[in-house]
Amino acid sequence: MTEVTLLDAINMGLCWEMSADPSVVVLGEDIGLNGGVFRATDGLQEKFGQQRVIDTPLSETLIAGMSIGMAAEGLKPVAEIQFMGFIYSTIDQIISHASRLRNRTRGRLSCPLVLRAPFGGGIHAPEHHSESTEALFAHIPGLRVVIPSSPGRAYGLLLAAIRDPDPVIFLEPKRIYRLVKQDIEDNGEALPLDVCFVLREGSDVTLVSWGAMIHETMTAAEQLSASGINAEVIDLATIKPLDINTILESVSKTGRCVIIHEAARTCGVGAEIAAQLAEQGLMSLFAPIERVTGYDTIMPLFNLEKEYMPSVERIIAAVERTLEDL
Amino acid sequence: MLNQQAKVLISGQQNIQLQVQEYSRLVTHFDIQYHQMIDYQGNPVVSPLPAIATDRDQLIQLYQAMLKTRLFDKKAISLQRRGQLGTYASSLGQEAIGVAIGSIMKDEDVLFPAYREYAAQFLRGVKMSEILLYWGGNEQGMNFQGPQRDFPICVPIASQAPHAVGVAYAMQLRGEKRVAVCVLGDGATSKGDFYEAINAAGTWDLPVVFIINNNRLAISLPQNKQTRAQTLAQKAIAAGIAGEQVDGNDVLALYIRIEQAIDNARRGAGPTVIEALTYRLCDHTTADDASRYRSEKELQENWLYEPIKRFNLYLTQMGYWSDKDEEKLITQCKGEVESAVDEYLHTPDQASESMFDYLYATLPSSMEQQRDAVMGKETLK
Repeated sequence: MTEVTLLDAINMGLCWEMSADPSVVVLGEDIGLNGGVFRATDGLQEKFGQQRVIDTPLSETLIAGMSIGMAAEGLKPVAEIQFMGFIYSTIDQIISHASRLRNRTRGRLSCPLVLRAPFGGGIHAPEHHSESTEALFAHIPGLRVVIPSSPGRAYGLLLAAIRDPDPVIFLEPKRIYRLVKQDIEDNGEALPLDVCFVLREGSDVTLVSWGAMIHETMTAAEQLSASGINAEVIDLATIKPLDINTILESVSKTGRCVIIHEAARTCGVGAEIAAQLAEQGLMSLFAPIERVTGYDTIMPLFNLEKEYMPSVERIIAAVERTLEDL
Repeated sequence: MLNQQAKVLISGQQNIQLQVQEYSRLVTHFDIQYHQMIDYQGNPVVSPLPAIATDRDQLIQLYQAMLKTRLFDKKAISLQRRGQLGTYASSLGQEAIGVAIGSIMKDEDVLFPAYREYAAQFLRGVKMSEILLYWGGNEQGMNFQGPQRDFPICVPIASQAPHAVGVAYAMQLRGEKRVAVCVLGDGATSKGDFYEAINAAGTWDLPVVFIINNNRLAISLPQNKQTRAQTLAQKAIAAGIAGEQVDGNDVLALYIRIEQAIDNARRGAGPTVIEALTYRLCDHTTADDASRYRSEKELQENWLYEPIKRFNLYLTQMGYWSDKDEEKLITQCKGEVESAVDEYLHTPDQASESMFDYLYATLPSSMEQQRDAVMGKETLK
């Protein structure tokens, strides 16, 4: 067991899988010699060489597109997009090709790639460095979108993402890259994709969140418990495909649901969860579903980013609204 | 202006005398070569001709492949006009490029076509019925039974170029003597994907060849409105790789130049961009009407230079080809096309639920209900 940060866990996961599977290659901007701007790939080039840990030209479209070629040709590329704000150049490649190569060739070719990108606000980063736009990818058939929220889940889910035979967009909550440490075993064991993780059991309200917001959500749950409200906390983890069953099961017990995400509200992943709950779990609900989200504004520059991002107070207030009818 | 003395003050402390020879000087310069072997009247323009120019069997194979593609193309358009095929992109007038590519590539190489490379695809073992299935609305047309690793037709312009780089990288990493060949249109050279791909291919000296089918029109846009660049081949210069022009209606010149480029790539001598100058004698697709943007005069002029007639003249002059041979070949090709059409028209549609079959390696359980709904098993909740 080693006590590590989420960032360390990413590095350990990459290192494990590169050692175990020679078809794994890592590529991106400044990821080799420099070890990545956050150091997620630190030491990998030294260990596995320049051919497998590839410093690419400053070309995001190329990074995504060449990963598709590599994946179709039998490699397992793990590409880093330096910040999610730079991921948009890859969207044509991801939507037009990565997500559908298996489908359009009827299984003749496939695309087992991982596109990693740090995302989200809260670290006083410059413009274009703080958005949460996971919903763009969650809308696309054929993709998986995975977001870890702890060192252990970062390690296990990254291994699962690399081993998955289909393309995975793996978004790393950079605000908590170094925020918490956790003991994890570097044993190459993956966690399951396509399922939620219940982080805290409770009977009064279901809180659903993912990524960095899990930490505000857990803090809110603890504060609520001091006032006698028992919140169940679910980490969505795989944003797409959505494991609605775990959420439905929880809501059938609690009758209340608050969804918390950093991304803008309209057409966010929270909207999809709320829609599915309305379709399949309406009879379990005692109160309207609440969403605590970023606003439908442009993510402000960092002076106002705290005002934009959901806070513990906003989560608690939403929970209290769901309990008002009692 | 020359040999001037300059005083440069550094950190306010030292005076350093610099010998400045010139304010500006030539750093480097570049040339673009154009290659042709046979003119439009079928006369050789180089001497001596390469060995292939007198290899009757090989020449006839090239000719057959061009003619077969043209007859296929004609049939595909007539199927579309009769409502038996969806929108179809013809390769009329551009057959020589595909034939040269398909004749040189080895089985283990990988082709990245745009959507006018049927000639190359057929030579690589893609079935005519597969191309018809694709344009006929059936994904099975991309499940090639022949070249397993070849990419399917690529519709979003230039987006296949980075794939070719990735495949070439994998080949190089594994030390394989294989080559990726990527074909793009002239419009594609205005897109970033193309530049990002050739730039990276140069950076890593990858075994990849980019062939530009410059058919002079990107749907309606002529080259002078596409770019100020005098040639498209010179775009390779910005990426530090080889670039050249070839007469894209001269199958022999194409053969020799593409063979050289593929050989270079295979032996680790780096990538090449080849601009093949041809002309789109057809509409952009069957959904297009080129008379809106191109004159009849320009079209008729370009029929003079098309590749099949020119090569027929050469073969005839060399005594390799007769009217009787031509007649026999046409009958044979038509038979082949007809049986492909027959196979296409008798291929059953895929089952409705097949849209779920290859979405993921294993369909996520959360999607089973949608699949059941398509199968009529269950109403979608």
